[in-house]
Amino acid sequence: MNFQGWAEIALTLGLAIALGWPAGVYMSRVWNGERTWLDPILRPVEKLFYAGCGVDPNKSQNWLGYAGALLAFNFIGFVFVFAVLRLQGVLPLNPQGFDGLSPHLAFNTAVSFVTNTNWQSYGGETTMSTLSQMLVLTVQNFVSAATGATIAAALARAFTANRGEGVGNFWADLVRTTLYVLLPMSLILAIVLVALGLPQTLSGGAVATTLEGAEQKIALFPVASQEAIKQLGINGGGIFNANSAHPFENPSPLTNLITAVSINMLGWAAFFAFGRTAMARKDVRALCAAAFILLFAGAAAIYWTETQAAPALVAAGVDASVNMEGKELRLGGASTAAWAAMTTGASNGSVNGMHSSLMPLGGAVTLFLMQLGEISPGGIGSGVAIMVVMAMLSVFVAGLMVGRTPEYLGKKIEGREITLAMLAVLVIPLCILGFSAIAAVLPEALKGLMHEGPHGLSEILYAYTSATANNGSAFAGLTANSPWWNTTLGVSMLIGRFGPVVAVLAIAGAVAAKPKLAPTTGTLPTHSSQFVGLLIGVIIILGGLQFFPALALGPIVEHFQALAAVSGS
Amino acid sequence: MIRHIRPALVSMGLFTVLLGLGYPLAVTGVGQAAFPFRAGGSLLRDDQGRVIGSALIGQGFAEPKYLHPRPSAAGDGYDASASSGSNMGPLNADLAGRVKTRADALRAEAPGQPIPADAVTASGSGLDPDISPAYARLQAARIAKARGLNVNQVQTVIENETEKPLLGFIGQARVNVLAVNRALDKL
Repeated sequence: MNFQGWAEIALTLGLAIALGWPAGVYMSRVWNGERTWLDPILRPVEKLFYAGCGVDPNKSQNWLGYAGALLAFNFIGFVFVFAVLRLQGVLPLNPQGFDGLSPHLAFNTAVSFVTNTNWQSYGGETTMSTLSQMLVLTVQNFVSAATGATIAAALARAFTANRGEGVGNFWADLVRTTLYVLLPMSLILAIVLVALGLPQTLSGGAVATTLEGAEQKIALFPVASQEAIKQLGINGGGIFNANSAHPFENPSPLTNLITAVSINMLGWAAFFAFGRTAMARKDVRALCAAAFILLFAGAAAIYWTETQAAPALVAAGVDASVNMEGKELRLGGASTAAWAAMTTGASNGSVNGMHSSLMPLGGAVTLFLMQLGEISPGGIGSGVAIMVVMAMLSVFVAGLMVGRTPEYLGKKIEGREITLAMLAVLVIPLCILGFSAIAAVLPEALKGLMHEGPHGLSEILYAYTSATANNGSAFAGLTANSPWWNTTLGVSMLIGRFGPVVAVLAIAGAVAAKPKLAPTTGTLPTHSSQFVGLLIGVIIILGGLQFFPALALGPIVEHFQALAAVSGS
Repeated sequence: MIRHIRPALVSMGLFTVLLGLGYPLAVTGVGQAAFPFRAGGSLLRDDQGRVIGSALIGQGFAEPKYLHPRPSAAGDGYDASASSGSNMGPLNADLAGRVKTRADALRAEAPGQPIPADAVTASGSGLDPDISPAYARLQAARIAKARGLNVNQVQTVIENETEKPLLGFIGQARVNVLAVNRALDKL
């Protein structure tokens, strides 16, 4: 560890939240239907959508109508992606000559991109045609991100409603977030990234003859356009198998800084947008503080683990100051640590170094950040929504201790909300631990593992954690392209996405119907540092207690094995 | 649900045209016009105009007269159509064996010199175009001997191609292997 490394980590994490603030104010204006400077260009396009869809954007839906529209849109998206991937072989713009995907791989990939997970059971440059990358993967990168944002918009409105019914219009939230926020930002970022070296070509590839006379086939794609929305939309599905470790996705320390900041920027923006739309700016600052503390602690912990002596390097008698296996030289230990925390704290899942080769506790931190529910800062909107659920649980716990009916943001929190909040939070460990337990004893599942022992268990645990938390990163030694893994991981992604989404919208419906209360002297302040501490405690206990036994058998055992190996050599 | 089917279908269609075709093609148009070299993959050509590689993508040099890259797990090594790391866990026995074999080979080549970690570990992409300045210096004597040059001449080439971290603290100091090898061939 050195000062430069700490400075780089602080800059990367800090810049993301600093830029998230103005972006959040803008996002809130978009959700609220206020004027923006892009109106002259985008209003006509927006109106075209509403006219074609036959919807009235000003008609506020109740939570059931909103959830129904969201599910219908995502279902149609799934069918479309599945069809294109199956038919890839006979569709145009396939210079690579790839065949269609198998049914289970197409199912897994379609679910993966519709749920904003971007888990990749396939190797990008060996499976996906240029058309598939553009027409289905890039499109879902936009609209799955916007879908996440809609639930935060709906929940924010619920807290301002006074015995109201509606939580907003799904179609308006979807179209406006996509057109006004994601599209212009991605356009600018994509062009900046081309200028910094990311390829943007439909040629499919080039063949080089090296100075030694060997042949090297170089796969090429429209990389920059997908990279921009992959990061801004907190998606994470790379064009290439190696994702953001690939020099075409991330050629320099500067592109690394820009794309790392992009992982978290709009996640933070959704926090600030929620605060502005729900008229709860101070309370949201407390949520941000809790999320940022967890994220920074994660990055610091990974930086520490990656600068501990790696057993293989020590045994070979080489410099062991940074564990360089799976890391790019231009990026190094600090860049990889910051990224690993940001990508797992958000539900991004892109990687700039291989998580499977992290030191055992480094891998444990990435697992833990996902298991906390993707809240630091999580996906666009989905992160802040789950954080609000955690805050409601925190005021409930505090209310139990002092014997008062808990309130949050001027709304009474009662039995129905707590039941739904617990459902949203508990569906995650149930899915992760349930599937992991089955896979750990199923020969069909174990065939896909690369490692035996604790690291093998970590591969299983990581896969279901990543899928259920809609993250998408992997301990990539696991070969997941088989019927068992593709199917169960696909089901995990569906449960992990739509379980919490429907629960959060149901909470929004319940909250919207309640009267708005003025705070009294008995109200627990939810913007104090004391509340931040309480919130972090609830998050860690909910995450930690459930997952600790599994982590103890995987990365924690491996950590002690690594210590023993280093002291023995 | 039924009343949501029409807006779902229509919006999906419009999004596909706008975001799946309009957006990437617009970026391609602007990129190809404004930055043709980079948009095309930073392909480098020799004097006859043949592509010899990409400035951004590592290659598997093995001859003694060339600077060697890091070990690679992409395909059979530096396969630029199948990027991959080794994904080996920190206690993987195979990893320990590979690292030891590579370290022993380097010790035989340059006895007594410390070996940097990047010389014996595979990168995340398997296509890392760079090595550390320490690993490059380690190879200077071998290259000089194979080419009949003075070691200082090789060191100068390496120094010229060394890039510092951005603003002194973002990323790592690095040497682009292909750039050094091109420069060596031009000496």
